[in-house]
Amino acid sequence: MNNFGIGQAVRRAEDVRFLTGAGTFTDDMNIDGQAHVYFLRSATAHGIINSIDTADAQQVPGVIAIFTGEDTEADKLPPLQSFTRVKNLSGEDNYVPRRPALNRVRVRFVGDLVAMVIAETAIAARDAAELIYVHMEDLPSVVNTARALDDDAPVLWEDNASNLCVHWENRDKTAVEEIFAGAPYVAEVTFVNNRLIANPMEPRAALADYDPEMDVTTLHCPIQGVVRMASTLATRILDIPMEKMHVVAKDVGGGFGVRSKCYPENLLMVWAAKKLQRPLKWLGDRNDTMVSDNHGRDQVTVARLALDTDGKILAMWDDSIANMGAYTFEMGPTIPTLIGQRSMGTAYAVPALYHSIRCVFTNTTPVDSYRGAGRPESVYVMERLMEEAARITGLDPVEIRRRNFIPLDAFPYTNTQNIPIDSGEFETILDKALEKADWAGFGDRRRDSENRGKLRGIGIGFSLETSGGFEKEHSRVRIDADGTATVYVGTFSHGQSHETVFPQIAHELLGIDYKNIRFIDAADNFVVPAGAGTSASRSSMMGGGAIHGACMLAIDKGKAIAAHLLQADAAEVAFADGVFSAGGGSVTFAEVAEAAHDADRLPDGMQPGFDEKHMYERSSDNFNYPNGCHIAEVEVDPETGVVTVERYTGVDDNGVILNPMVVHGQLHGGIAMGLGQALFEQTDYEEGSGQLISASFMNYNVPRAWQLPTMEVGSHSVPCKTNPLGVKGCGESGTCAAPPAAVNAVLNALKPLGVTHIDMPMTQDRVWRTIQEAKASQS
Amino acid sequence: MYDFDYQRPTSKEAAIEAHKASDDGMFLAGGQTMIPVLKQRLAMPSLVVDLGAIGDLAGIERSGDTIQIGAMTTHAAVAASDVVKDAIPALAVLAGVIGDPHVRNRGTIGGSVVNNDPAADYPAGLLGLGATVVTDRRQIAADDFFLGMFETALEEGELVTRIDFPVPEKAGYLKFENPASGYAIVGVMASTGPAGTRVAVTGAGPGVFRVEAMEQVLSQSFTADALDGITVPADGLNNDIHAAADYRAHLIGVIARRAVEAATGA
Ligand SMILES: Cc1cc2nc3c(=O)[nH]c(=O)nc-3n(C[C@H](O)[C@H](O)[C@H](O)COP(=O)(O)OP(=O)(O)OC[C@H]3O[C@@H](n4cnc5c(N)ncnc54)[C@H](O)[C@@H]3O)c2cc1C
Repeated sequence: MNNFGIGQAVRRAEDVRFLTGAGTFTDDMNIDGQAHVYFLRSATAHGIINSIDTADAQQVPGVIAIFTGEDTEADKLPPLQSFTRVKNLSGEDNYVPRRPALNRVRVRFVGDLVAMVIAETAIAARDAAELIYVHMEDLPSVVNTARALDDDAPVLWEDNASNLCVHWENRDKTAVEEIFAGAPYVAEVTFVNNRLIANPMEPRAALADYDPEMDVTTLHCPIQGVVRMASTLATRILDIPMEKMHVVAKDVGGGFGVRSKCYPENLLMVWAAKKLQRPLKWLGDRNDTMVSDNHGRDQVTVARLALDTDGKILAMWDDSIANMGAYTFEMGPTIPTLIGQRSMGTAYAVPALYHSIRCVFTNTTPVDSYRGAGRPESVYVMERLMEEAARITGLDPVEIRRRNFIPLDAFPYTNTQNIPIDSGEFETILDKALEKADWAGFGDRRRDSENRGKLRGIGIGFSLETSGGFEKEHSRVRIDADGTATVYVGTFSHGQSHETVFPQIAHELLGIDYKNIRFIDAADNFVVPAGAGTSASRSSMMGGGAIHGACMLAIDKGKAIAAHLLQADAAEVAFADGVFSAGGGSVTFAEVAEAAHDADRLPDGMQPGFDEKHMYERSSDNFNYPNGCHIAEVEVDPETGVVTVERYTGVDDNGVILNPMVVHGQLHGGIAMGLGQALFEQTDYEEGSGQLISASFMNYNVPRAWQLPTMEVGSHSVPCKTNPLGVKGCGESGTCAAPPAAVNAVLNALKPLGVTHIDMPMTQDRVWRTIQEAKASQS
Repeated sequence: MYDFDYQRPTSKEAAIEAHKASDDGMFLAGGQTMIPVLKQRLAMPSLVVDLGAIGDLAGIERSGDTIQIGAMTTHAAVAASDVVKDAIPALAVLAGVIGDPHVRNRGTIGGSVVNNDPAADYPAGLLGLGATVVTDRRQIAADDFFLGMFETALEEGELVTRIDFPVPEKAGYLKFENPASGYAIVGVMASTGPAGTRVAVTGAGPGVFRVEAMEQVLSQSFTADALDGITVPADGLNNDIHAAADYRAHLIGVIARRAVEAATGA
C-alpha cells in the first residue's frame, strides 16, 4: 500500500510551521538599518489636489523623507496599467487608465495614495502623516454600479467621454433576439452580484532593499507568484532587466486573487529604497486591506433564458454592468468578459448566447480577480435562471436541470464560446448529491421546522468553471547522487498545500521515497526563475503538469543510464515502482542516480548530473472543468429574517484527486467564502461622500465558524482527458456553487409567501423586508 | 498609539490621586474598548492608570437581596458565578453573550458601563434590573447614570467601584446580534421585582432606554402575551447598514417578547 502517492490524504507538511507560529511572513523579515514607511491615503472619494503641505510633517523627529506625486513625477516613475485589453464589437480597445503610484493631480477613490512618509520608526512615520495637509477641491462622486453611466454621473477620466471602460459583446444580438421572440417560455432575472472584500488574514506588507554594488532591488511581500511580481515591476513598469529585480515571499497568509497583483505600494517601495539607499519596511493594517486590496464581483445583471415547451433551453441572454472601480487593475475588464464568459451556460447545453458587459468606472476601490474571477458570476446567472425557469414552466428544479445537462454522448462539447469541455457526468453528480443531501427527506424536515415556527427551504447550485489560468508553467526535478530528489515548480502556495501535494506526484511517478523528496516552492525568483504563480485554480493542472513533464524527462534519462548499466538497449528498459529493468537485470533509481553523477559510469557523450527541466504549456482553449452539485438547506425565522444554513452538501468532480484532504479543505474554504457572499458580506459605499462604510470587521461580516454549517463534501471524479495527470481545479468550486445554492434555498423557503427574488447578501434586514413586502402584496 | 505615562497603583486611593494629579488621565480596566481606541489614535491621554492591581475592585457577593459586583469583575467571572446564576440568571446570560472568550476574560463590568456603548449589553442589564452604580464618592441609580451615546453621569476622575443589583423576581435577557460585530442590534432586559417592572433596550437607539408602554402592560401581567399589539415607533432609532430603524422597531417587539418568555420559562 502506497501511503504517499497520488490520491492519499497525506498530512500537511506545512502545518507544523504554521500551527507553531514558526512561519516566515513578510513582517517577520527585517533588515538592519531599515526605515519605516507609512502610506497616506485619500479620505476623499473624488477630488482635485490643489496642494499638499508637508512642512509640519517634515519637522517630526525621525522623518527621513516625505514623497508626493511631485517626486514620483520628477523621477518619471511610470504609472500602473492593466495588462490586458478588451475589445468591443467594432474592435476598439477598452479605455486604459494610467494610475500614478502617488497622485499629484486627482484622487478617485477613498484609499487612493497621496503621500509616502519614511521615518526612523513606524510611529514617527504615522505621526508625520497626520501633519500632512492635503488641500482638495471635492468633486461629486459616483459609487453605484448601475448609475455609473447615467447622464449626470460625474466622469472619472477626463479624456474619456463617459464612465464606460468598454462595452464588450460576444456577438451581434439579432439572431438570439429572434430565438427569444419565438420562445414559448422566457425566464428573466434581474440581480446584483455583490461587491466583496477578500480579506486575507495577513495584511499587505513589504520590505525593500537596494544593493548598489549589484544594482539589484529585493522586495519581500505577500504575493501569489514572485516571478509575476518581478516581471511586472521590471518589464512592464520600470523597464529594467529581470536580473535586477529580486522578489521573495516565503509564507503568505492568503491570496484569493487579490494578492496576485503589483500594487502601487510595491512599486513605491522599490523606487524609494533605491532613491534613499535605505532598506524600507511597510506593514499595512486592516483598513489598508479593506480600502486598497482589490475588491471582487460587483455586477448588476439582467438575464433571460428562452425555453421550449419541454423546458429545454433555446437561448440565453445576459446583459450586465460590471464595476471596475476607479482604475482597471492588472486584469480589470478581462474578468467579467473574456474570463467570465468562457463558462457561460456552465453544465447545460445552451445552443445560443448573447452576452453583453458594460465595464464602468466608479469612485471605488478597483475590482479585479477574487476567488473565481468571473466564473462564480457566470454560475450565479445560470443557476438563478434555472430556478426561475423551473418556476415559470412548473417543472421541478431537479427535473429542469436533468433535461438541460450536456449529455454524456456530447463530449467533447464545444459551448457557444468555443470552449471544448472534455468531460463531465453531471446527472450522476446531481443524483449523488441529492442522495447525500437526503433530498427526499426534505418534506419531513420542513414540517419539523414549521412546527417550530420556521420556514425551511432547499436549493441547488450546480457549478462548472474553467480552471487553468496562465498558459505556461515551469518545473525542475533534480536528483542527487544519494538518490534524493528536489522538485522545483513555478506555482506558489499561499495556503494550497503544495509542499505536501507536489512531492506526492514526484513520489508516485519516480518511486523515490516521499521523505527523500524536497520541495522548493517559487518563493524567490532568483531560485525559481520561471513560473506564473498560483491563481485560477491552475496549480494542479499547470504545476502538476510541469512536474509530470520533468519527471518523465528524468525517467527517460534514467532509462538511458540504466540501459548503459544493464548493457541493454534504452528502448528495452522498463520503469516501474522506482526500478529500471531490462533483460533479466534491474537497477534501482538510487543506483541510477549515483551513476548519473559519475562520469565514468555514463554512456558516451552524456554529461554527469541529473537535473531535468520542463515547461508545460496548455493550448489557449485547453482548460479543465471542475463541476459539482451543491445543495443548501436553510431555515428562516420569519419574525426576524435570520437565515441559518442547517445542512450543506456538495458532490464535486475535481478530476483525479491528488490529496482528498487538501481538496476537501479547498472546498470548505470556498464554500465558506461563497456563503459569506450569499449571507453576510456587504460592501457598502455611502452615496454622496463615497466613503466605504463597511471598512472594518465591526461592519464587514467575514463568516465566523459558528455562522457556518457542517459541510458534507463528497467526490465523483471524472479524470480530465486533456492534461497528463487528469486533474481538475478545486479552489474555486465553493465560491461558484455556494452562492446560488444558498439563494435558491432561501427563495424556496420564502416561496409560500410568493417571493421570487432576493439579492445577496441575504442579510437579516433584507430577508425580513422581503417577507414584509411579500405579505403586504399578498393581502 | 500616542505616547502616554503609565501607572499601576495597588489601591483605589492611589489610583484616584494619580488620576487627579494628571492633566488628562484615563483609567484602564480590561482595555477591550480602550486599547483599540488608543491604537486607532482616537484618544490621547497623558496618563493611563491601570486598575488591574487593585485587589478589592473585583469580586461578586450577595448582601441580603442585593448582588454586589466589583467594577473590575470580568464578564467571564459574572457569567460563571454561581451567586449570579442563582439570583439573577439573566445577568449571567448577558455577561456570557458579550463578545468572545478573549473579550470576556479581559473586559469588566465597570469598563463596560462607563463606556456606555449604545450597543453594549450591560447598560440594558443595569437599567433593566434597576441597578445602582457605586463610585468613590456617591451612588447613582442606573436611571440617572446613562446619559447619551458614550455619555454617563460620571464626573472627571470619578472611579466606579461596584455595581449593586437588586435581586428580581423574574428577569430575562436576549440579544439580537449584529452578525459582524456581535454587539446588539437590539438587546432587551425585561424584569419584574423590587425595582419595579422594567424593559430596557440597548442597540436600537442612541443610548439604552426603557419602553414604558411595555412596562405598563407587563406590570399588569408579566407574560409574553401581554405584549401583543404593542409597537415601538421607529422615530429616533438607529439606522445603519445592518438594520434600518423600522426593522429595529419591529425587532424590539420580537426580542422583548422572547426576553419575557425567557424570564417566565415559557
Ligand atoms: C471584539 C470585541 C467584541 C465586543 N463585544 C461586545 C459585546 O458583544 N457586548 C458588549 O457589551 N461589549 C462588547 N465589547 C466591549 C467589552 O465588553 C469591553 O470590555 C467593555 O466595553 C469595556 O470594558 P473594559 O474593562 O475592557 O474597559 P476599558 O476598555 O479598559 O475601559 C473603557 C472605559 O471605561 C473607563 N473605565 C474603566 N473602568 C473604570 C472604572 N472602574 N471607573 C471609571 N472609569 C473606568 C476607561 O477609562 C475607559 O474610558 C467587545 C469588545 C471587543 C474588543
